[in-house]
Amino acid sequence: MGETAIRLRGVVKRYGPITAVDGLDLDVPVGTCVGLLGPNGAGKSTTMRLLTAQAIPDEGELEVLGFRLPEESKQARALLGVTPQLDNLDVTLTVEQNLLVFAFLYRLGRHERRDAVERSLEMAKLVDRRDTRVDKLSGGMRRRLLIARSLVHRPRLVLLDEPTVGLDPQVRQELWALVDALRSEGTTILMSTHYIEEAQRLADTVMIMSHGKAVAAGRPAELVTEHAGQQVLEVYGAPPRLAEVEAEAGAAGLKTRRTGTSVSILGVDGSNGLGIDGERRAANLEDVFVLLTGEEIG
Amino acid sequence: MAVANARGRRLGRLERPALTGVLVREVVNFSSYWRSATFSSTVEPTIYLLAFGFGFGSLVSTIGGYEYVEFVGTGTVATAVLFSSAFPAMFGTFVKYHFQRTYDAILAAPVDTEELVTAEALWIATRAGVYGCAPLIVAMVFGLDPAWGMLTVPLIAWLAGFGWACFGVAVAGFAKSIENFSYIVSAVLTPLFLVAGTFFPLDQLPEWAQFLANFNPLYHCVELVRHAAFGWSGWADVFHAGALVVFGLLMWRIAIHAMVRKLVD
Repeated sequence: MGETAIRLRGVVKRYGPITAVDGLDLDVPVGTCVGLLGPNGAGKSTTMRLLTAQAIPDEGELEVLGFRLPEESKQARALLGVTPQLDNLDVTLTVEQNLLVFAFLYRLGRHERRDAVERSLEMAKLVDRRDTRVDKLSGGMRRRLLIARSLVHRPRLVLLDEPTVGLDPQVRQELWALVDALRSEGTTILMSTHYIEEAQRLADTVMIMSHGKAVAAGRPAELVTEHAGQQVLEVYGAPPRLAEVEAEAGAAGLKTRRTGTSVSILGVDGSNGLGIDGERRAANLEDVFVLLTGEEIG
Repeated sequence: MAVANARGRRLGRLERPALTGVLVREVVNFSSYWRSATFSSTVEPTIYLLAFGFGFGSLVSTIGGYEYVEFVGTGTVATAVLFSSAFPAMFGTFVKYHFQRTYDAILAAPVDTEELVTAEALWIATRAGVYGCAPLIVAMVFGLDPAWGMLTVPLIAWLAGFGWACFGVAVAGFAKSIENFSYIVSAVLTPLFLVAGTFFPLDQLPEWAQFLANFNPLYHCVELVRHAAFGWSGWADVFHAGALVVFGLLMWRIAIHAMVRKLVD
């Protein structure tokens, strides 16, 4: 096994009566992309804030790139890139000025700055927009700039907090390509998301969070097989019919979950699905998530 | 720890690269709003200077041996410092924290809250050092004689500006909403601004009020600037400068405390 970029042990963070992070263990091996998956309020963003020492844990140990937090967090932050969930670009500055400011904040030398800004402009595909003020950019461009800004110092580890939240599907695809490129360069990534597809597409391993706790962790495909089986039978019908189906499946020892207009019967691999009519589909992380937490997501 | 030692650098508390980073951000941003900042920081004290200088000056020709325009022209330096430091610090800090979330981005970089607050105050103090000279220059047009001592005015303005910048950051740090600022402006800034010896000499006031004036940083700024323009007065000026240093240091620590509370959960 290689080095560990992030190591959390028994981390607890409380805000008054609310326990945002509740005894969390997390390992992010160097060179991998780990996805934190969970609904809003699961503790993903608090975990991200703990990793930059913008939140101090009440209990537990945190280590980022070998530095103990919060004591040595400044050293860790120098090697860390952070893409926040909420856009905090300087909107009255140009694209290039935004990148230049961060080249200074991340302490790049006089001779490195120019190259770093150029590289980031290319990565964000904003070379021809370098002199455009940020408030004149589209949402997708702003988000690309936000990510590129966090990479200006070639960080060894990148924290992406909900990188595509609130963006339309086509822009999301673009950003996934950007994150994928970063991954293939060997950068370690910790990404939080509440989009199942995003976690499934980008993450080597996923940790499912609910109420500040990790409820499952592993490779997306393995998590699906382990908890939801290969195939799911989706049965549509009126509420009384759905209740019947649930009872039948339950009697046969199969797990079910209810969505708005249907019941999903999990783990119907190979079997005849109890002779119930429905549509077969491949099981996915969402099934696992709902099964494990009882919560809807996304 | 092992890795830190291997790399041979344990990062200090107030590091120059961190301060530089925050300052560069401010300077680059300033290029996009310098017109409005310069306007509000210089025009307002100039209006006070002209209104009082001519309005009041037509009733009183001299005060304490000075032409009234000279008296007010030197006094409003402190007003300019206040307007160009406390107010931008209060509003700027609040906006950057609440609305633009700039501080989230800066604190994710290798910059600590202490460095962030210090750099912001240094920047505002520098602006106050420059803007503080505006009333003096306007007063010169209306007959204030230049003096060598005036070359220290940017320095005095800088020192007072640092304290007021930290005061503004602290207020923004403690304030729950931007509306809370009205309490500070009405209950703290306006009285201090009026009873600083800017528009009328304090030796007309009852003794207890004169004593209280010693706790008004604006008063010390007014006195120092006047002495810089009309002649130093020895230990009294050392006392005034010392008071501004104490004010600056005290506010600096309070501002850091307030912002750590606010920015780090």
